[in-house]
Amino acid sequence: MSQAKQPAVETSRLTKRFRREGGGRHAGMPWRRRRSDLVALHPLDLTLERGITTGVIGPNGSGKSTLVRVLATLVLPDNGWARIFGHDVVTDSFSVKRYINRVSVEAAFFKELSAWENLVYASRIYGVADRGLRGRVESVLARFGLPRDLLDRPLRHLSRGQQRKVAIARSVLTTPSLLLMDEPTTGLDPRSKREVQHMVTDLRQDSVTTLLCTHDLDEAEALCDRVLLMDHGRVLADGTPGQLGRLEDLFFELSGRGLEDADTEAEAETQDMEVQPA
Amino acid sequence: MMMLTLRREAHGFVGFIERQKNLIKRYWLWEVVWLIYSLVSVLSIGYLAAGLGSLGTGGFDLRQAQLYLLVGALLWAYLSIVFIEITFSVTWERWEGTIEYTFMAPVRRLTHLLGICTFALLYGLARTLVVLLIAMPLFHLDLSHANLVTAITVMAVSTFPLVGLGILASVLPLLSPERGEQMTVAVQGVLLLASGVYYPVSVLPGPVQALAHVSPLTYTLEGMRAALIGGRGLAAVASDLLPLLLMSLVLVPLGLAVFGWAERRAKRLGLLKRSG
Repeated sequence: MSQAKQPAVETSRLTKRFRREGGGRHAGMPWRRRRSDLVALHPLDLTLERGITTGVIGPNGSGKSTLVRVLATLVLPDNGWARIFGHDVVTDSFSVKRYINRVSVEAAFFKELSAWENLVYASRIYGVADRGLRGRVESVLARFGLPRDLLDRPLRHLSRGQQRKVAIARSVLTTPSLLLMDEPTTGLDPRSKREVQHMVTDLRQDSVTTLLCTHDLDEAEALCDRVLLMDHGRVLADGTPGQLGRLEDLFFELSGRGLEDADTEAEAETQDMEVQPA
Repeated sequence: MMMLTLRREAHGFVGFIERQKNLIKRYWLWEVVWLIYSLVSVLSIGYLAAGLGSLGTGGFDLRQAQLYLLVGALLWAYLSIVFIEITFSVTWERWEGTIEYTFMAPVRRLTHLLGICTFALLYGLARTLVVLLIAMPLFHLDLSHANLVTAITVMAVSTFPLVGLGILASVLPLLSPERGEQMTVAVQGVLLLASGVYYPVSVLPGPVQALAHVSPLTYTLEGMRAALIGGRGLAAVASDLLPLLLMSLVLVPLGLAVFGWAERRAKRLGLLKRSG
């Protein structure tokens, strides 16, 4: 298949497990902690066409972030493969990196540096040309309704919403073909949330393929062309928001519990168990 | 295509240097504190040497002893800055939560590490120069007999194994987000003990002497002392330059290979995400 016809994302039997260490210790060997495997992704087959926004909905621990991290070359899968525009995320990760950018729930900035210094750093490591950079940055910020004077303030002085917008502006600046957004509106006040959602809508006009992980069902329905419903590392349902109807009811129907209950359950599990290195 | 790739990498290289410079600028107060700490350490050693005479420990050239100790203190100030700047680059990114962003960028790890190391070397030289300029008049340091060509050569050749060692140590926070940082400090402590910063390695017990022989800092210090105090030429320090060159050939590729392995391991185990 020629490069231009490759889907934006393609995975086959993509699997990921993490080793977890529990609070208890082995009865016969008190120096050893009990360990178990957490399956973050069950074998996953997925194809995302170019230029569309795909929402991934699921409670904490459903595998959304692991999927994003595998696609972002930050986590290596155990089995199966994933390709971004035809490039394998493991064997050809350097090519993959040229196509992608990611906006995460954490700001991922040097907080003492100004927005400008952070953006210049991002531009440089993404190989964006220097010429006219300030102008381009200002125009991206203006597009997303961020005042120009905000550029020279340290990031820690910016509100959470502003930081998130700068993060999206940063990703736009590097002109990704695939944008991985991991809960970009989590923790924001309603106004900032609306503004960030507006930015995501804006990106659709640029034909950027977007994978949007979210807890917010209304957000997924409003912004996405296609929605994947995930739980415990499996895709429970896949379709357009129209096809899937009321997502909350569907989640309950397929998983036997409500989304909020699933979140509470996942948080309790996280407190009991911790992902550990081998 | 090749030119485009090189240009991108050059952008990235400058980006890492600029980022480190900006961070130093923003945390300037901490840098002043560390500068004062370096200065005080060097001055303490200088005054310790000056005070040896009043302790009744005669029978040796006090002036030489002071010079010996001061050269050690100054070099340690430089080497420790470089080492810390390189090894803490990963730790720092963990604190800030930017490590995933940096590792996701389309820039070669070699470029990334070269950028960090280049900044560390330049910054280390600048800060040590400030300390030297203050210490020289205070202790009437006379370096008129020094062989500067030899000193600069030893310093330049030492850079490579030091960079390799720094990269190797910077792997520790990748291996263990919780304990990696402390382990890098421990490595630094071992280097201080074993490399003959303030004494000839011959006074060390056997096992520590064995460590001294594999520490590039030992040869750097011996070569620099020979050049600055003894005024020796290049031929006289060949026995220090040769091990340094050999160590460069081993430590730099080894550092890069181990860093690559540690990055893959962190990605396999999902360790990049954790802030430690």
